[in-house]
Amino acid sequence: MSGFDRSLLDDADETVRVRFTVNGRKVACEVAPRETLVDCLRNALELTGTHAGCEMGACGACLVQLDGQAVHACLMFAVQADGARIDTIEGLTESGVIADLQAEFHRRNALQCGFCTPGMLVNAHELLSQVTRPSRKDIRDALSGNYCRCTGYEAIVDAIDAVAKARSESGGVT
Amino acid sequence: MKARAFSYFRAATIDQALDAHARAGDGACFIAGGQSLVPALSLRLQAPRLLIDITHISELRGVRREGGYLRIGALTRHCEMLSEPLIAEFAPLLHAAAPFVAHPAIRNRGTFGGSVAQADPASEFPAMTLALDAEIEIVGPSGSRRVKADDFFVDLFETALQPGELITAVFVPLFKADQRFAFDELARRRGDYALVGCGMLATCTGERIDDIRISFFSVGNTPTRVKGTEATLIGSSLGTERIAAAQAALEGDLTPPDSDEVPPAMRLHLARVLLGRMLGRLGAGG
Ligand SMILES: Cc1cc2nc3c(=O)[nH]c(=O)nc-3n(C[C@H](O)[C@H](O)[C@H](O)COP(=O)(O)OP(=O)(O)OC[C@H]3O[C@@H](n4cnc5c(N)ncnc54)[C@H](O)[C@@H]3O)c2cc1C
Ligand code: FES
Ligand code: FES
Repeated sequence: MSGFDRSLLDDADETVRVRFTVNGRKVACEVAPRETLVDCLRNALELTGTHAGCEMGACGACLVQLDGQAVHACLMFAVQADGARIDTIEGLTESGVIADLQAEFHRRNALQCGFCTPGMLVNAHELLSQVTRPSRKDIRDALSGNYCRCTGYEAIVDAIDAVAKARSESGGVT
Repeated sequence: MKARAFSYFRAATIDQALDAHARAGDGACFIAGGQSLVPALSLRLQAPRLLIDITHISELRGVRREGGYLRIGALTRHCEMLSEPLIAEFAPLLHAAAPFVAHPAIRNRGTFGGSVAQADPASEFPAMTLALDAEIEIVGPSGSRRVKADDFFVDLFETALQPGELITAVFVPLFKADQRFAFDELARRRGDYALVGCGMLATCTGERIDDIRISFFSVGNTPTRVKGTEATLIGSSLGTERIAAAQAALEGDLTPPDSDEVPPAMRLHLARVLLGRMLGRLGAGG
């Protein structure tokens, strides 16, 4: 049996209801299938910490966590995320899991305009949860898909490196 | 830009996906990781009426040994190509290529089957299926078949896949103790598509090469095996002269496209440099 209903083809402009858990809260919203996840988060859910830059997967400003993994919210449609768990920069901030990274970015001036920062933090968070003590080369490698137009990358790499060191010295990841 | 309006259908089984495609006809398109398709839709290079999401089809998942092959399910994600122990052990060339495919977050969603189906001539994995003598398992309205990688890549973004057909898995012959491999690429920046890239798999008796398959990417309309170059290497060990002969032979195998950015002569030069480095490493043990 197929779940496909031919009338679907006539519904291209209709919205569909999607449900996901965003930052720990269950939400439902109406989206058109063509709407990307980043647009849904920013427009329907008013979570504007996730930024839309290139909308082509190249700049990394739109990174969020989908079921615990960093993904580009511009490279998927909101309907595809139906049933998934999404954590945005707002959720990661509230929960405190990246508080040390944020403090270190602040301390070292690893941001100016802040447009790239949410994506940088999501990426750094993912890297540090996979590799406890990444080398500077590992850090640069992991950030290869994140553009920063303001600061250059030195301070960003320094901040992530410092947090990695501090976490491994304190004997664990938050 | 944003994609044109479309309807969305999430398939739970292969049959559902094929059936939906058959009913929607030309206007349907499968989506796996979406890491190539979503940008194409945003640019309106494609404007399907129906998007069929195949990522929830469990039959397309999983990596396992089957006969003399490693069966890699189409939905195996690029990040799993790095983390899956069976790939590291039995298809080490794919494991070596994986970190060069895009950036970490793209690897979290992009799929092996999607990359092979997309057949981007600048992509790592399609070219590696050639070096590995892999077979692509395809299922469509008229049943299932297996196509050798040598016959799969037809032209620019064109493959043996017919409309409405799905790649279910790729079968890679198991890596053996008498084999050696090498992978490398030259790119302007980590994670970018390569200016030139190459993967190779050799079967050896001691230092002598009994068989070798060498596959380049980013040098033509399709991933490219260099058979003339391979022939210069078979039957002997990898000394300096032999490597130089192989580098010279490349010219007969490759016709890099003309582009403003990288003139053909420069790309050929880069391919020679890369080949020399990799054969040197292969001679030293791979
Ligand atoms: C910024 C950026 C950089 C990138 N850099 C690289 C790189 O360096 N190297 C590289 O190789 N790739 C790169 N990519 C592409 C990426 O790796 C894609 O993940 C991959 O090429 C396509 O896989 P996918 O699963 O995302 O397929 P999708 O985008 O979902 O689909 C691609 C095409 O294949 C078809 N398709 C998908 N799965 C199947 C199937 N099982 N059977 C039949 N047809 C199918 C779809 O209909 C579509 O036409 C990059 C992408 C971006 C956005
Ligand atoms: S907006 Fe998604 S990567 Fe640039
Ligand atoms: S701080 Fe402005 S883009 Fe990075």
